[in-house]
Amino acid sequence: MTDVRPPPRALPVVDKDSRTFWTSGRDGILAIHRCKQCAYYVHPPVPFCPRCESREVAPEAVSGRGTVVTFTVNHKQWVPGLPVPYVLALVAIAEQDDVRLVTNITDCDPGEVGFGMAVEVWFEPVEELWVPLFRPVRGS
Amino acid sequence: MKRFAEKDCAITGVGMSEVSRGSAKSALELTVDACLEAIADAGLKRGEIDGIATWPGERADGSGFSPVGSAALQDALRLEVNWYAGGGEAPGQYGAVFNAIGAIAAGLCRHVLVFRTMYEATARKTAFANALIRAGERQAGPFAWYAPYHTYAAALQQALFFNLYVHKSGIRPEQVGQIAINQRRNAGLNPRAIYRTAITIEDYLASPVIATPLRLYDCDVPIDGAAAIVVSRLDGARDLRNPPIRIEAIGSSMEYRNSWTQLDALDTQAQPRVAEMMWSRTQLTTADVDIAQLYDGFSFHTLNWLENFGFCERYGAKDFIEGGKRIALDGELPVNTGGGALSAGRLHAYGAVHEACTQLWGKAGARQVAGDPKVCATSTAGGPLAGCMLLVRG
Amino acid sequence: MKAAITGTGLSDLGRNTGRPAMAHLAQAARRALAAAGLDRNDIDGICTYPGKTDGSPGQSPLGTGEVRAALGLQTRWHCAVPDGPSQMAPIMVAAMAVLTGQARHVLCFRALTESSSQSAGRRASIPGAGSARIGGWLSWLVPNNAMSASNWAGWMATRYCHEFGLTREHLGMVAVGQRAFALQNPAAVMRKPLGMDEYLAARMISSPLCLFDCDVPIDGASVIIVSAPDAARDRTRAPLWIEAMGAALRGPETWDQRADLTTMGAHDAAADMWLRTDFKPADLDVLALYDGFSIFVPLWLEAVGLCGHGEAKDLIAAGAIGPGGRYPVNTGGGQLSAGRLHGFGLIHEACIQLWGEGGNRQVDGARLAACGTGGGFIAGSMLLLRD
Repeated sequence: MTDVRPPPRALPVVDKDSRTFWTSGRDGILAIHRCKQCAYYVHPPVPFCPRCESREVAPEAVSGRGTVVTFTVNHKQWVPGLPVPYVLALVAIAEQDDVRLVTNITDCDPGEVGFGMAVEVWFEPVEELWVPLFRPVRGS
Repeated sequence: MKRFAEKDCAITGVGMSEVSRGSAKSALELTVDACLEAIADAGLKRGEIDGIATWPGERADGSGFSPVGSAALQDALRLEVNWYAGGGEAPGQYGAVFNAIGAIAAGLCRHVLVFRTMYEATARKTAFANALIRAGERQAGPFAWYAPYHTYAAALQQALFFNLYVHKSGIRPEQVGQIAINQRRNAGLNPRAIYRTAITIEDYLASPVIATPLRLYDCDVPIDGAAAIVVSRLDGARDLRNPPIRIEAIGSSMEYRNSWTQLDALDTQAQPRVAEMMWSRTQLTTADVDIAQLYDGFSFHTLNWLENFGFCERYGAKDFIEGGKRIALDGELPVNTGGGALSAGRLHAYGAVHEACTQLWGKAGARQVAGDPKVCATSTAGGPLAGCMLLVRG
Repeated sequence: MKAAITGTGLSDLGRNTGRPAMAHLAQAARRALAAAGLDRNDIDGICTYPGKTDGSPGQSPLGTGEVRAALGLQTRWHCAVPDGPSQMAPIMVAAMAVLTGQARHVLCFRALTESSSQSAGRRASIPGAGSARIGGWLSWLVPNNAMSASNWAGWMATRYCHEFGLTREHLGMVAVGQRAFALQNPAAVMRKPLGMDEYLAARMISSPLCLFDCDVPIDGASVIIVSAPDAARDRTRAPLWIEAMGAALRGPETWDQRADLTTMGAHDAAADMWLRTDFKPADLDVLALYDGFSIFVPLWLEAVGLCGHGEAKDLIAAGAIGPGGRYPVNTGGGQLSAGRLHGFGLIHEACIQLWGEGGNRQVDGARLAACGTGGGFIAGSMLLLRD
């Protein structure tokens, strides 16, 4: 048996709109684009508010809390060395339920993950990016 | 005469983002700018757009060639549509317009948003130092046949075709240069153009040779920018903000080998039969055309199109443009009146449609062609890609 | 005025055939031309989805240009539609081309060599595999190891099961029922009987989807010929009129931001289709519904309007969609058992049924078929009506 090292995460191309999302974890912040006029969160990020048509839309820190909207437990090893199983989830941010983040739920057994589970963000640094991941909120 | 579907379609609004050699905005934001401007120009609301078409669709490869597809744009504007299409295998850049016409004819849409976004200025500064090949990457598709031979840019590939044209037509560099000189003169009157300082024939002849016989001033300018147009069903276009610009006829055929190496007529590329198709669908003739916005990815394409449309005979472009008078703003056939891709920036034939409509609506300011132009011929090209349209106001 | 399908053809489908894509395509084209009673010189348009791509091995090895050259076609019109209303988009734009007078007979094709390509050492459809950074819409999915459509379909399925009580047994009935159809289809690749026990014991791919919930990568090609109204009559077979098409998309064009994760683009597209016809869902005789993953079938049943939201499990449990049911779905075995031709195989089978050529699996008197392709946010739907 030869050891296969876990593959690095595939990483996104970042542009002027998405850079803050993928890098603000350096400061422990989850940042989502938000309209300055009507306070609507816009994701994926684009400086245009589809609700009020304002162009004043910019990244803003959110609480980092959210809930699991749905999930799947991946069992198939898509690339050599990929540790399985892992939980892939869509998490709605606490501030606005139509902003959904694709993420992995970490720090728990896959069997523990459920609908509506309260989760909080943490960040994994990869190259110059900080990938937002979520884990269950523990305690009271 | 048979009723052709394009005659029931019209351009009702146009929009363009800032066009620059390096934008502070993302490609998606530039697209949003252009699309919102086009929708407002037509006098429509976002909710009235019920179709999207683009060419060649999203290419998320960092090349900047087409960074935004219909999905990203639809989500950014939260449009609710009955039809959407983006794809590259089509009759050139105008394939998106032809798809819009089809969707309208099929009763799926009333107002289709057509857009084209390019982010090549930024891309050239980063990953893609040149247009076609990235170091260390294997090439697939039509350019696989060129890649091993140091064909780093479209300019080299196109120079092969251009050289044959020069050989067959006997055109001299001083004649070719009139295309670039004319367009730079027009760009000087266009506040949105990239390069606005006039050039002389001496400047042209002194400009660096990229690949014989192609000089720097024969090549269009990579930019960051987006253009958008609204194509509407004619019966829904009459009471909008602008007088409708009818799509009188289109040329979309491909009756030749679809190949960047095996084209039938290398020096005139794919275009002659495309123009023939367009003329077969209208009673108008070259004599009715007031202005022309001809594809100018390279100046040589513009020469091709003067001949293919029949404004002059085959290999007669050199005489037609001699001295530059005929194609000037006050000439008998003003060509690329906003500066074209050579001077205003490479929006890949959609800058040409934008300029065509601006002229036909009489909104071109200092560069407005006199005499209230009503009919414009416009075209796209490049290797086997080709499409053309005849646009008529009213 | 309506366009019609006048001929269809499939190549000999198989797993790891080692035959080049063009050989499959040429065989399918010859069969489709013969079915329509056309000569290749009659073909003046060509169309495909998504067009030639390099991203995922074998997923779309052929573009319009090389097919046109290889078959020696002289076409006046061509198009490929990667960003459109799903795998059916080429048939829709072909219908537009013949209705706008740009062509009379359009050859629509879909060729895949995923089986050979994946066996040759390259991995399954991993988006962005081989490129340094992921761009576009995938950039929001892949960094979290949402590698495959099975993951995206998985999270939809989890949510749907949670809200409506659909179980693995219901999904199993879809897979088992389609396998029963495949046993009657000599062209299907999976022809070994499948029982519920075997289904439930299969390895999990991305919960709740197991191996048998995923379609089968194959090598093969499908050709569908779309003809102008005046050119569709007097062919070998009765014209199958495209009675109505639907391509609407009301929500965001993404897998992750759709407001209701228990619906798909299918719901928008099918609703728009019904606005364009006097027929009603109860008039349907046979259905071709996209089954890239089994979970798409219940969602499509609801999208097409055969039952209310959340009620598809009852239709499935009552045996309505399997052999002998009132609304037979994917009668050739579908992609789950006949092989993944990315929607084209399903439409091919609907045509076979409408022409009454389904052999042991023929649905008596089939005249009206609903076809739905696409999963997640993209979808196209159409009604086919035999003259």
